[in-house]
Amino acid sequence: MNVTLTLNGRQVTAAVEADDSLYTLLRALGMHSVKCGCETTNCGLCTVHMDGKAVLSCSVPAARCDGHAVTTLEGMQEEAKRLGECLAGEGAEQCGFCAPGLMMNVFALAKENPHATEAEIDAYLAGNLCRCSGYVSQRRAVKRYLESMEVQP
Amino acid sequence: MSGGNRVRGGVGVPVPKKDAPALLTGKPVYVEDIAPRDCLCVKLMHSPHAHAVIEEIDVSRAQKMPGVACILTHQDVPGTRFTQAGQTYPEFSPYDRLILDRHLRCVGDPVAIVAAQTERQALAAMRLIRVRYRVLPAILDAAQAMDNETLIHPEADWRALVPDCGADNRRNLVAAGEDAHGDVEAELAACDVVIDRTYETGANQQCMMETFRAFTRMDAYGRLEVVSSTQVPFHVRRILATALEIPKSRVRIVKPRIGGGFGAKQTAVCEQYPAIVTLKTGLPAKIVYTRGESMTLSSPRHAMRMHVRLGAMRDGTIRAIDLHTLSNTGAYGEHGPTTVGLSGHKSIPLYTHNMKAFRFSWHTVYTNTMSAGAYRGYGATQGLFAVESAVNELAHALDMDPARLRERNIVREGEVMPAYYGETAASCTVDRCMARAREMIGWEEKYPARTLPNGHVRAVGMALAMQGSGISNVDTGAVLIRLGDGGVYNMSIGATDMGTGCDTILAQMAAQSLECPVDNITVHGVDTDTSPYDCGSYASSTTYVTGMAVVKTCEQLREKIVRVGAKLLGCAPEDALFEGDGVRRADGSAGVSLAEIANAHMMAGTEDISACVSSGSPVSPPPFMCGCAEIDLDPQTGEVKLVDYAAVVDCGTVINPNLAMRQTEGGLMQGIGMALYERPQMDHLGRTVSNSFLQYKIPTRVDAQRIRVEFAPSYEPTGPFGAKSIGECVINTPAPAIADAVYNACGVRVRSLPITPEKLLLGEREA
Repeated sequence: MNVTLTLNGRQVTAAVEADDSLYTLLRALGMHSVKCGCETTNCGLCTVHMDGKAVLSCSVPAARCDGHAVTTLEGMQEEAKRLGECLAGEGAEQCGFCAPGLMMNVFALAKENPHATEAEIDAYLAGNLCRCSGYVSQRRAVKRYLESMEVQP
Repeated sequence: MSGGNRVRGGVGVPVPKKDAPALLTGKPVYVEDIAPRDCLCVKLMHSPHAHAVIEEIDVSRAQKMPGVACILTHQDVPGTRFTQAGQTYPEFSPYDRLILDRHLRCVGDPVAIVAAQTERQALAAMRLIRVRYRVLPAILDAAQAMDNETLIHPEADWRALVPDCGADNRRNLVAAGEDAHGDVEAELAACDVVIDRTYETGANQQCMMETFRAFTRMDAYGRLEVVSSTQVPFHVRRILATALEIPKSRVRIVKPRIGGGFGAKQTAVCEQYPAIVTLKTGLPAKIVYTRGESMTLSSPRHAMRMHVRLGAMRDGTIRAIDLHTLSNTGAYGEHGPTTVGLSGHKSIPLYTHNMKAFRFSWHTVYTNTMSAGAYRGYGATQGLFAVESAVNELAHALDMDPARLRERNIVREGEVMPAYYGETAASCTVDRCMARAREMIGWEEKYPARTLPNGHVRAVGMALAMQGSGISNVDTGAVLIRLGDGGVYNMSIGATDMGTGCDTILAQMAAQSLECPVDNITVHGVDTDTSPYDCGSYASSTTYVTGMAVVKTCEQLREKIVRVGAKLLGCAPEDALFEGDGVRRADGSAGVSLAEIANAHMMAGTEDISACVSSGSPVSPPPFMCGCAEIDLDPQTGEVKLVDYAAVVDCGTVINPNLAMRQTEGGLMQGIGMALYERPQMDHLGRTVSNSFLQYKIPTRVDAQRIRVEFAPSYEPTGPFGAKSIGECVINTPAPAIADAVYNACGVRVRSLPITPEKLLLGEREA
């Protein structure tokens, strides 16, 4: 079957199988920022936005994206640069493999709760696993990013 | 161009990683991102039995399925046994496996390789492969393995390349040995107190976020090109050449960015499968392990059972340690002979100061479980859980503060450590690490425990740790630095940055040595065709071993630049000075810029301005650290929460404070997971139950309430700018520190990890 979706602001039509996930479709469409770290919806690496909300692309059927808007980190390069500077300033990215999923979830957090406390940041991002950093530097970086958003005009 | 500090982003500066912008904008830089779109998809059919022989295998129906390019069984692979362990000559791990074997030795052992145009097609074809197995008795318990009538490697062509490590396939043994100093029995007999305990650790998973993966293709010269997520490109080249029976000249390994390793990728877990498909078909092929595969057929920590006897006098003087380690290498011997050694050699030396005698003996055995490998800490983690727990138990037996007990016994700078290969602790601030960590956690007020108004108990515990910095007289690092167009330096690195940031810190060292901004050093690695030989990134070697190679390479390069500069200036090299951005006459009369030197040698140049120096070390200076844990125990449920962790590390000079800090925090978090959450489990048939993040719980950011790290730098005279390693040491303290905090909270001593609420509530109570 064919699905038509708005991917990073551009309309795309693609052929999918009934049991394809959105993750599979996005990789096939060249969205390399989207990673897979598990098959059990535990790791958060495949996080993208669907109609502005964070979803795990591994557990969304590709067929369900028909008529919806999907955003990946490729479509949020400006924001990525600013959050990226906060993360890199701490050395908090380490291997970087979990970074795109984490960042997409941070953008969702920024929209939902721009004044999040540290505890709220941790709770919101708890589903984004990272094996390298030990998390505490990411918490600082995300806090700094949210604060920098506040001073934005 | 004279005077001033031209170095920017040099040693000691927290510069961002050079690859950060690409990683943090989601650029396609990892293996799967850059694989050709038309790669065949390679899938493995796994053994359902822990121990079996394939009586018959029929792939005829599967082969006719749409999209299938090739299906390989044990009849189709070369007959030369090899090891997947990425280690330097003479390889200690026995040559005990084939790419596919008729004899299956653990659940998950590959039965067949299926390559098809899509994953869906490969899996559909695999379901049609018919296999008749003859199931054999399986050995699942390491304690039953030695001299069992069931032999896991009865094959005649099994081969130990280093026979004196005690390997004997007729006894299910991969290693056996003993190292001793003094009369341990006599010393123990003379001691007032002897702690005699057994501790156990499991086959923990590294859980790097990027699972094992590689793609392969034939290049324009008919050579096999392998792009792999590996820590050991040069070892993988040798392993593949051996396994595939092709010359090394026909193999090229490329390492792009990799999504974490932690030792897992010091073993060539998956490269051989797409490689043989490409050789057989001529087509590009890729394999990407699922998380499930990464947890059932990978290279986890060696599970160990450690029997410690620790002898001391009433006043707390530790006189003798006797440690025996039984290590489970699983179905194959990868890293089996070597990991076990660290369990004693990197735990016992902490207590060198008053020690009269030690004995460390070990056995590593085959069992019908997943083959173990290298995991950050590499045996030291296991040994330190045992020895540090025993020291904490001794403190309780003597009714002494464990910090005081340690102060009395820890190794001092300048002392020879007989249990550490007789090496000297030339740089050591473990005393300062301990003093500061205690201060940070508030040890004096908090030890041992207090009850909160809500009934929860808060308690503290501590542990020390050490590791090495590379393998002495073995590990080799090298970089190649060339001066290029306009005065830029290109540094080619053979060490593998796996997210740790070694490309960046090596560039910082080069910037320091060449007196230039770190942005003037470009880095590239790793490609076995163009990078200088480096054993790879493991054994905590990169900062120390490869870092020293950077220092030596820069020294040589500076001399060359001065020689060319002096020629342009019309003076003798002795009369010219290297100034970072150029070369100047010593009398200050004239100078020539780096760009002019670089550009001049490109015009009918006669001398390549480059240098490449290899470096190894006769010693492996240990980093040291102290970790103090504060926990909150709910006595109603047995739930333990980590409230605070204070760690102070002596890694010598800190090259990049941010990256060293992240290494420490990340290592601590893995150690915390090992202590409290991560439980490798298999069922009675040897099937791994903990095969996903649903069952195998690694810490989340909610579990990282408070982790604080400081450094107590020593100066290591043999290290680059005084640096030692940091990557592995930092995983070692949480398990013993948290175990003692738990004991202080509730009186239950857990000697087998992880520390679960069930264990606290149901058993393991002190008699």
